[in-house]
Amino acid sequence: MRADPAGVLTGVHYLDGDFACGEGAMAAGCRFVAGYPITPSTEVVERIARRFPRMGGTFVQMEDELASMAAVVGASWTGTKSMTVTSGPGFSLMMENIGLAVMMETPCVVVNVQRGGPSTGLPTMVGQADMMQARWGSHGDYELIALCPQSPQEAFDLTIDAFNLSEQYRVPVLVMMDECVGHMTEKVIVRPAEDIEVVPRRLTAAPRGEFQPYRVDGRPVPEFARAGDGYRFHTTGLTHDERGYPVMNAECQEKCVRRLVDKIRGSAEQIVRFEEEGTEGADIVVVCYGITARVARLAVHLARERGVKAGVLRLVVVWPFPEQRIRELARHIRAFVVPEINYGQIVLEVERCAAGQAAVVPVPHGGGGVHDPSAICQSILRAAQ
Amino acid sequence: MNTGNAELGTTGAGPGPADAAPEEHPIAPYVRMDRMPHIWCPTCGIGTVVKCFATALGETGVDLDKVAVVSGIGCTGRVAGYMKLDGFHTTHGRAIPFATGLKLGRPELHVTVFSGDGDLVGIGGNHFIHAARRNMDLLVILVNNFIYGMTGGQNAPTTPLTAKTSTMPFGNFERPFNLAHLAASCGASYVARWTCLHVRQLTWGLKDAIQRRGFRFVEVIAPCSTLYARLNKLGTGFNLMQFYHDNAEVRHGADTREVDIGFQDKIVCGKFVDDPRPTFLEMMDEHYRKILGDKYVPMPPAGGFIPDPDSCGNPDPNRHRDGAAASPRGPTP
Ligand SMILES: Cc1ncc(C[n+]2csc(CCOP(=O)(O)OP(=O)(O)O)c2C)c(N)n1
Ligand code: SF4
Ligand SMILES: [Mg+2]
Repeated sequence: MRADPAGVLTGVHYLDGDFACGEGAMAAGCRFVAGYPITPSTEVVERIARRFPRMGGTFVQMEDELASMAAVVGASWTGTKSMTVTSGPGFSLMMENIGLAVMMETPCVVVNVQRGGPSTGLPTMVGQADMMQARWGSHGDYELIALCPQSPQEAFDLTIDAFNLSEQYRVPVLVMMDECVGHMTEKVIVRPAEDIEVVPRRLTAAPRGEFQPYRVDGRPVPEFARAGDGYRFHTTGLTHDERGYPVMNAECQEKCVRRLVDKIRGSAEQIVRFEEEGTEGADIVVVCYGITARVARLAVHLARERGVKAGVLRLVVVWPFPEQRIRELARHIRAFVVPEINYGQIVLEVERCAAGQAAVVPVPHGGGGVHDPSAICQSILRAAQ
Repeated sequence: MNTGNAELGTTGAGPGPADAAPEEHPIAPYVRMDRMPHIWCPTCGIGTVVKCFATALGETGVDLDKVAVVSGIGCTGRVAGYMKLDGFHTTHGRAIPFATGLKLGRPELHVTVFSGDGDLVGIGGNHFIHAARRNMDLLVILVNNFIYGMTGGQNAPTTPLTAKTSTMPFGNFERPFNLAHLAASCGASYVARWTCLHVRQLTWGLKDAIQRRGFRFVEVIAPCSTLYARLNKLGTGFNLMQFYHDNAEVRHGADTREVDIGFQDKIVCGKFVDDPRPTFLEMMDEHYRKILGDKYVPMPPAGGFIPDPDSCGNPDPNRHRDGAAASPRGPTP
């Protein structure tokens, strides 16, 4: 359906990534945000706190990130699109309830404006070291979706996509921004509401007595009932059957968790999204995401000037990972070069998918700044030799 | 003959004629009978609190479609799964913030948090004090059995001094919370305490609390027969009920500073605080109206859900719009 115009600030703006992300959420129909202040993410909720009272939205500053995440899951069960926003330390605190959202199949969006870690790390400076935490940070086996914007415009666009994906698959969707994108100010175009496609919460039409909250009838995702619509359903973080009732055995575990995992794995090829530049006939492909993609493009340009056939594969969706495309490329190229602002996270996935068919060269950076393009260029040149 | 025991507060409907069809249990409409038998031990007090809550709901006539129950994790945490209401069994300690999201996401809901002492004031203590401070519109029913039941009898922040628990095998030397005082001093607008023995007073108290607004805290002292009673050689749940009978004292309006609970000591019960003051939503609403005037658009009582105009799945697509101009405070039961 079309976006609710109340949340769409149509026009051409000059916004930082945090504000743009907030605008994206409101345009997507988000009407509940719970958060706890943390640099460099706070501007997202500050923007929303200012605008929500004029559009029927509620922002609440909770007592911590455990509470923020729990409140978001609760609010989502009223059918209200809900989001929280944080950075590393708060992201750690949210993990248990992200798992709850996965288990209860609760649509919601979590924005992590990444800063340098571990621990308090570099509060005001960039990092990309929460990428594996995004994938595996909550306990147990699960799948979810994570997006990585490279600009304020994408912070806007991908936040809308995040809401849409979370509605479609009933999973938490993570927007893995970084401090650079969050704090850089650029032109952001907000389209008119009628040009913004949003996925509404699809409510069940089942008669009240017959509704089962986790019955799928062969579909990947069950139908949703809101709290307060008279369905009187039960949902739990325990392993459960189609009625939502806890069942403590291996058979139910297999059925329940298998579907949670398969609903994403089975659609991974529709969910994955990446952009390629110059990968056709390339010897070297630089795999990158977020702010690092913008630095890597310059490095690739420099390498091409030196006669190396280099291209870029930028991950827009990082989780699920574009396994198939990396496998294909691995058969044709000499090496992947993977710059990221961490000591080697997504490079491990690239290595796994390349499976020895192509070399994989990490270009780590500890955080607090972005790569020097010449460092990436050097790695490209060495890999090409 | 079962005439009920006035002292013990049981109502005991007499047995019907031998040929009559078996009557439905009076709380069957409120409970997921398809999940019986429940997991609670014989003579555990939690079921009694459920019975009182169900009876109170029935007596207030509140629209059950609009009642949600949220629990954390623990023996008491299982309540959300047994009540035939929208029921959310969440994570350990986080029932209150989850419930806060439900309430703010759909202000017309009556949101009840039903959980244990360890859950709500141990791991979840921070949320408890902040929800009380905000006067968040939640009814919080805390079953205080002085122990972590579900995990096997460990020390709780409510364990009385000297009581034995599995992690304080030589007796507890940490001072426990006085929960009524904690809630009152953080700003709860309603604070009461009863025991599982006081079924009529508890039912009345819950009814009273359901009909009020804001952060309403009802603590119910309940026997954990399997762990607390056994570890402290106190007999069974029945013996604990006898103890409540002999040692509970009703003092409405008591100063909450004076109602802390010692090991096998007197238990002061009653309604301690009943001080209606504006709730979080009322404060927010009034403030934004004052500051923003006509520009303020409150969340509709039916929530921030934006329906798909083309969807046939939505039971009543325009419903959320109806109340757009109405107060977001929710209905008065
Ligand atoms: C994060 C987390 N830590 C620990 C546990 C284990 N745990 C489950 S229930 C419980 C204590 C429950 O005690 P209480 O709230 O008093 O409930 P009761 O069983 O006594 O009714 C604990 C520690 C958990 N489930 N999650
Ligand atoms: S362990 Fe204690 S609290 Fe838990 S069900 Fe048994 S008696 Fe009740
Ligand atoms: Mg307990």
